[in-house]
Amino acid sequence: MGAAFSAVYVRDLRLALRRRVEALLPVVFFIVAVSLFPLGVGPEPQTLRQIAAGVVWVSALLASMLSVTSLYAGDHADGSLEQMILSGQSGFVVASAKAAAHWTVTGAPLVLAAPLIGLLLDMSNAALGTLVASLLLGTPILSLLGGMGAALTLGLRSAGVLLILLILPLAVPALIFGAGAVSAVDSGVSTAGHFSLLGALLILTALTAPLATSFALSIALE
Amino acid sequence: MKRPIRWFTFAAPSRFYWLAGLLNPWLWLIAAGLALAGLYVGFFVAPTDATQGESYRIIFIHVPAAWMSMVLYLAMAFWAAIGWMFNARMASMLARAIAPTGAMFTFLALWTGAFWGKPTWGTWWVWDARLTSELILLFLYLGYIALVASIDDVVRGDKAGALLAIVGAVNVPIIYFSVRWWNTLHQGATISMTAAPKMAHTMLIAMMLMTFAFWAYAFATVFTRAQALALERERDTDWVRDLALARKER
Repeated sequence: MGAAFSAVYVRDLRLALRRRVEALLPVVFFIVAVSLFPLGVGPEPQTLRQIAAGVVWVSALLASMLSVTSLYAGDHADGSLEQMILSGQSGFVVASAKAAAHWTVTGAPLVLAAPLIGLLLDMSNAALGTLVASLLLGTPILSLLGGMGAALTLGLRSAGVLLILLILPLAVPALIFGAGAVSAVDSGVSTAGHFSLLGALLILTALTAPLATSFALSIALE
Repeated sequence: MKRPIRWFTFAAPSRFYWLAGLLNPWLWLIAAGLALAGLYVGFFVAPTDATQGESYRIIFIHVPAAWMSMVLYLAMAFWAAIGWMFNARMASMLARAIAPTGAMFTFLALWTGAFWGKPTWGTWWVWDARLTSELILLFLYLGYIALVASIDDVVRGDKAGALLAIVGAVNVPIIYFSVRWWNTLHQGATISMTAAPKMAHTMLIAMMLMTFAFWAYAFATVFTRAQALALERERDTDWVRDLALARKER
């Protein structure tokens, strides 16, 4: 089980390393998307500080959803996905490894880029730290949910937009608690509740989303 | 000796088609009759509200629609799951048939809520927990309809839709509580909807009449849509051919 997990995981990372520009696209999207907000909302630091957490979180959410479409598409096109499912390894392991690889390639860079982006929006140091921590807990949830959406929309014509429509409502709790933690810092309230709930959400998603993903994959490959 | 009723009989599309055809005229009649009675009691008999005046009367459409929107989502997920687990074709068709009606009731609940909000709260929309989660419920319905519609293979569409509906149904309480918590954090208690005044007897009667009218309407539209789906999917079978021939002769 562990061997299968690491085989799929390492393979996906290796593939991403060979297409470096492609792998960096989500982070670039993230940075561009966030920098649009001051242009649209206005450059007043007071306003920016107030909306910063939400803007960063929503942009990270969209960046994850846009990049996750290709998670299974390539393997589906060349037939290796079918082989993975047929190999006798549980779909749960394959789906978890895929989601973990997606997080390492796109989620982790988002977390690393977040403080930089936060500075553009005039966030305080304490808020920046909380933002990074909340994204660290939250982006894996997005990768796991996104993996399920990618499996459901595998091979469909309008897979990208459809995936966003399917997964965004399910990602609402993560968004609320993630961005809420940062707002809690700004208003001087304890963030413990937000982080506990975000952690609980992560555990719940990590246990259930790969299962749903493996079902979705077998439905798609029937 | 009492013969047990064989409920599974109606899992066959041909027999379901027959049953739905038999019930449908009555359901439409009941829906129209109860709606007329309910609207009459609600608009003309029920007393004017002490604080909200006449504007509260939209409650007779708003609240039953909101109830239906939630019940229908669960019903949709239930039938989709049955269809997936037991390969029951009719159950999957039923799930697909429920979705548009459910989305319609969700939209109706939001729309009438906006109409009610304007005179009483002075705004069309507030990001209140109930309104927000109802909006997300609409998104869940739209996601299901979009997913099922964009998969060309019928069987795959049914199963993928079932999976999504189940995941959505599990998530509804999580979404509701997260939105509620977010709401209390952000804006405090600006509006208290829980402190409802005691309802007059006639108001309750109107509300019940409208609820049953909506139930009958939901059954009628779902049965009609399921009939159409059954005909479309079973177009190559004998019973559809016989039906078409019988119609031609008439």
